[in-house]
Amino acid sequence: MFFWSLVLIAVGIFSSFIYGRSRINLNSKKQGTKSKSLPTYYAQYVLIWCLFPALIVYFSWAIFQEQIIQNIVISNFEYIEGAVYNEGLLLAEIRNVANNPSFADGKSIEIINAAAHYSSLRQISQISFYTSIIIIMLLGALYASQKLKPEFHAQHTIEKYIQYILIFCSSVAIFTTIGIVFSLIFESLRFFAEVSIFEFLFSTEWYPFIPIREGQTAAEGSFGAVPIFAGTFLVMVVAMCVAAPLGLLTAIYLAEYASQRVRKIVKPLLEILAGIPTIVYGFFAFVSVAPFVKAFGQSIGIDASPTSALAAGMVMGVMIIPFISSLSDDVINSVPQSLREASLGIGANKAETIKKVILPAALPGIVGAFLLAISRAIGETMIVVVAAGTAPNLTGNPFENVTTVTVQIVVALIGDQEFDNPRTLSAFALGLVLFVITLFLNIIALQIVKRYRERYE
Amino acid sequence: MSNSKILANGVDVYYGSKQALFGISMDIKEKEVTALIGPSGCGKSTFLRCINRMNDLIEICKVSGSIKVDNEEIISEKTDVVSLRSKIGMVFQKPNPFPKSIFDNVAYGPTIHGLVDSKNELEEIVHSSLKKAGLFDEVKDRLNEPGTSLSGGQQQRLCIARAIAVNPEIILMDEPCSALDPIATAIIEELIDELRLNYTIIIVTHSMQQAARVSQKTCFFHLGELIETGETNKIFTNPDNTKTQDYITGRFG
Ligand SMILES: Nc1ncnc2c1ncn2[C@@H]1O[C@H](COP(=O)(O)OP(=O)(O)OP(=O)(O)O)[C@@H](O)[C@H]1O
Ligand SMILES: [Mg+2]
Repeated sequence: MFFWSLVLIAVGIFSSFIYGRSRINLNSKKQGTKSKSLPTYYAQYVLIWCLFPALIVYFSWAIFQEQIIQNIVISNFEYIEGAVYNEGLLLAEIRNVANNPSFADGKSIEIINAAAHYSSLRQISQISFYTSIIIIMLLGALYASQKLKPEFHAQHTIEKYIQYILIFCSSVAIFTTIGIVFSLIFESLRFFAEVSIFEFLFSTEWYPFIPIREGQTAAEGSFGAVPIFAGTFLVMVVAMCVAAPLGLLTAIYLAEYASQRVRKIVKPLLEILAGIPTIVYGFFAFVSVAPFVKAFGQSIGIDASPTSALAAGMVMGVMIIPFISSLSDDVINSVPQSLREASLGIGANKAETIKKVILPAALPGIVGAFLLAISRAIGETMIVVVAAGTAPNLTGNPFENVTTVTVQIVVALIGDQEFDNPRTLSAFALGLVLFVITLFLNIIALQIVKRYRERYE
Repeated sequence: MSNSKILANGVDVYYGSKQALFGISMDIKEKEVTALIGPSGCGKSTFLRCINRMNDLIEICKVSGSIKVDNEEIISEKTDVVSLRSKIGMVFQKPNPFPKSIFDNVAYGPTIHGLVDSKNELEEIVHSSLKKAGLFDEVKDRLNEPGTSLSGGQQQRLCIARAIAVNPEIILMDEPCSALDPIATAIIEELIDELRLNYTIIIVTHSMQQAARVSQKTCFFHLGELIETGETNKIFTNPDNTKTQDYITGRFG
């Protein structure tokens, strides 16, 4: 169905285009006037009218067909008195039998009947799908062909349509984002209906295990997220301790000391660092850095756990170096050359110039770069999942196991979970917190960077 | 002559493979104002920037030949660029105060060169430099405001104050008035006249009147060559070279 409908639509596109062009040529010859726009615009006009209604039909069919058919089948199902049905299982069984008749052996008669019903509905649906696509395309082309007069400004109309299409495309991302935010908020509200927001934000016990089945002996879950926030913060601080000096010094080297040739090589290299999949950093942290941290901890008499805030934070720091260095490099570069000349002209040396003139002038932009890096560090998942651990310890000791917001979201969602208990719903509340924090960091950072740019341009 | 401050001999400058200056030789006297004139792109700025080695900042720029300041060769690997530049102040075409307070702008040089031991001394230097630059009365109540908040003419005088705060012997000025209105220009020209008593000044300008008003010597550049140099009076009334004649009478450039 999928393939042939594409062929059908392709044929529609092709023939409507050809038709539109020959039709307008014919019409303008008949009237003896030149058409207001080039013939291809008329052809495109017909094409759009032929294609887009058909696409709408196509997608609504693709989205709703299965649902509707299933509803009909289920509502006509001959239930046996007294038997207990699971609707999902039942449907799966019916579909299996319908798709593969050999499964029918040993199935009850009502299932076989329902399967037959299902198959016939699908057939009907398919036939009506093709007919309606063809009809819609013909209707569209018919409507468009009425307008194919030489005095019709096809180009203007096409431009308007193109604008609509572009607006539609750009709104897809926006609406998706809005949808995600709302689902975050609604699911979080469900969570906060069961767990008080004060417990979540201020209590220090994170014990998200709740009885799954009745009678199971487990304590009431407790959802104090403070240890998680603290763990996130600790990992972020470790990461920034690594990334801030390294990134900034790299940027200073690149912007002020490196020759053009070195710059051309080093900058792309650093940007590759930013392109490494974070899971790769994650197992690097776990396999190489964490044992090293453990050994180092032992050598100075601290009992380090095999996964630790330090290991995860250090590797995460390396990961965000390119963010800081690349952005800071841009910012330092945009400090006007005249300030450098002024400082050097007075007889300051390079280091003094950088320390006393360039960095102060670039400071807002550098702070912006740091904030963006922090928001990246907080949202980072894979490295901490692998290398930070899952224990909600409220500790300031970087050699210990800690857990972060992102890790707890992963933990909450792992396995076959229904979204009906606080344990899984906590993922949304945590996600919401994460979203709000990174959103604010990003807004502030962009604001700072923007204001800084304006000052020098 | 004994009181020559800067002595250039056969200075060639290349930007990459493009030659910008051809064998410039020049003798600049102490405590005089020398004006460099010539059509745009003839190499005036390039020559000026050779004197304090500012061309070092441009990777592709290569300078050869000899420039002696106080009889010391400065076109050499061994030159101490930092102390050279503290001896030679520079004022740029566009006022370029640091994004710091007025006070800190002027205090910058004395601080990094360790010229002062106490806060009072620093204050004294800042105030006297601002006075010499003729700016003190206008800004004495707002020394903590950013230097960038001043008007263009005030900013340029602030840059002059910043340059003289380290007590240089030579001041290079690259079209210092080109971004200023006639009144601010007149103030700066007056200032140059006063500064001449204590400093050797080289000024690049596009204004013939300005060159005639402020300078004692004038050098005319054309296409990277020094065509004629001499007393300003003579250059403007009776030049030897017809190109000079054409330029100052506005026939080209
Ligand atoms: N950074 C540079 N890179 C390459 N070429 C340069 C550079 N700076 C100057 N030049 C070239 O050197 C020549 C002299 O330039 P310079 O700036 O010294 O001229 P100028 O006399 O100061 O002109 P203007 O009066 O317009 O300021 C010009 O041909 C210019 O193209
Ligand atoms: Mg110039």
